[in-house]
Amino acid sequence: MTHLDFQNVWSVASKDFETFKRRKGIIYATVAFPLGIALGFPGVVAAIAYAYPSTTSASVASFSPFLNAFSFWFVIGAASLPSGIASYSVVGEKIQKSLEPLLATPMTDGEILLGKSIACFVPPMVSIWISSVIYMILMDALTRPWLGFLYYPNWTFVTIVLLLAPLASVLTIELTVLLSARANDIRSVQQFTGVLFFPFIVIYVMTELDVIKFDVTNLLIMSGIFLVGDILLFYLSTATFKREEILTRWK
Amino acid sequence: MIETKNLTRKFGDLTAVDDLTLRVDEEEVFGFLGPNGAGKTTTIRMLACLISKTSGTATVGDYDIGNGADQQKIRRIIGLVPDNVGLYEELTAYKNLDFYGRYYKVEENRRRERIEYFLKMLGLWEKRDVAAGTFSKGMKQKLAIARALVHDPEVLFLDEPTANLDPEAAKTVRDFILDLKKEKKTIFLNTHNLDEAQRICDRIAILNTKLMALGTPAELERSTSGRRITVQLESVNDLIVSAAKRAGAGDVEVVGGNRLVITVGNPEKENPDILSAILGAGGRIQFVTEVNSTLEEVYLKLVKGQ
Repeated sequence: MTHLDFQNVWSVASKDFETFKRRKGIIYATVAFPLGIALGFPGVVAAIAYAYPSTTSASVASFSPFLNAFSFWFVIGAASLPSGIASYSVVGEKIQKSLEPLLATPMTDGEILLGKSIACFVPPMVSIWISSVIYMILMDALTRPWLGFLYYPNWTFVTIVLLLAPLASVLTIELTVLLSARANDIRSVQQFTGVLFFPFIVIYVMTELDVIKFDVTNLLIMSGIFLVGDILLFYLSTATFKREEILTRWK
Repeated sequence: MIETKNLTRKFGDLTAVDDLTLRVDEEEVFGFLGPNGAGKTTTIRMLACLISKTSGTATVGDYDIGNGADQQKIRRIIGLVPDNVGLYEELTAYKNLDFYGRYYKVEENRRRERIEYFLKMLGLWEKRDVAAGTFSKGMKQKLAIARALVHDPEVLFLDEPTANLDPEAAKTVRDFILDLKKEKKTIFLNTHNLDEAQRICDRIAILNTKLMALGTPAELERSTSGRRITVQLESVNDLIVSAAKRAGAGDVEVVGGNRLVITVGNPEKENPDILSAILGAGGRIQFVTEVNSTLEEVYLKLVKGQ
């Protein structure tokens, strides 16, 4: 990639942030999904504890691996939330025909793509990270009386939230850029990228069924696979996001 | 300021621009006329370094459009208003201009000054905090032109700036372009509106994939059909027409029963003989006037003739 001027990158990202601020649907979705995880799963644990007052430390300890599995929903959120934002950022601009004047500025293709990627990455990830802190605090508050120690933070959770979730988010953003070249409306891009949701659900179900163990080693292997996917899609999306391609080949 | 030599762009088997050679001088308003699909937008996109050329050369300022290092420099000195204005509809008029100022790294105070200047000039200052999406087509078009000027470019490319506008909105945009002439910008105007080209442009090129003609509006009007005169008589008969033809006139056409439209190679030299011959044949001359083809006639003749 050619030299990147981060002032340019930030200008592109700032414009997209400004646009997202005016789209309430994007804000609600970005905040609601992670917050739902942060409040929903502790709520389930609290409800179980309330319904079964005879809950013992041993039964909570045996239940604890599920807590990490719950946190995998943050990865699912990271994989699904950016598609809505990225589709507005790229296909939305394509529909509004605002890409051409943008491409006529002195910024490089790489700066524009990176700026848009940051704009799609930051809001969902900030929302996920804040929600994950809320989740940790609530879960610790609920489980500590039985476990006698703070279950969170632990390395599994840290790997999920700080490594796997961002890599999943990047994967979705790059896939959306690729699909944007072919799509003419925002909804169709969202439907296509929605397909990404399913492999994550499959992984989640497999962990619940104990087919995949949620330990740091497995999570690092998964991260490695995501990283390879990210690198592959990065090259494909940068090859797609070129002035000439956008103006002559994008539909 | 802009120079192309044998500039060509092909899309597969289709040649969009064929062997285009022209020069646009500094501070000139240059009109690029042609039907849809003539290659006007492709030419602008090549000159704005948005798409590559297939062959030939072109420079904007002192920079070569085919040189990767020069392309960014060209984008820095140009402003582009594409045929679809492409404003950020959710953002206010002010924000639209402000973000473009940032893209061109216009220093903050200067940016504020320029934005205020243009919004006031366009009568949009009071609506600076209103979303651009709520504007009329004419207002959007003017805002898009201001957006292309916020970084004070040397060259402004306008692609069909009045297409799809109602006559009133088109007039306000045209007036704005005329105001820009005073700012001494080089303006490259793509249009298929002949009247607009004639009123605004210093020189006009007619393109239909290939360059068909190039010159000032007056030069173009004279270029295709030679010069013509109209001789209005009390009455016209065959004797008068034959006399005019014998006196060396080219085509002689009778119009409206009492007027002869005569094609003349060199009116200053041939008119006295032709008029004497008409008088000799008993014609009583009321008026003699020179007629030029209209730009529309020239345009249609060139485009259809091809």
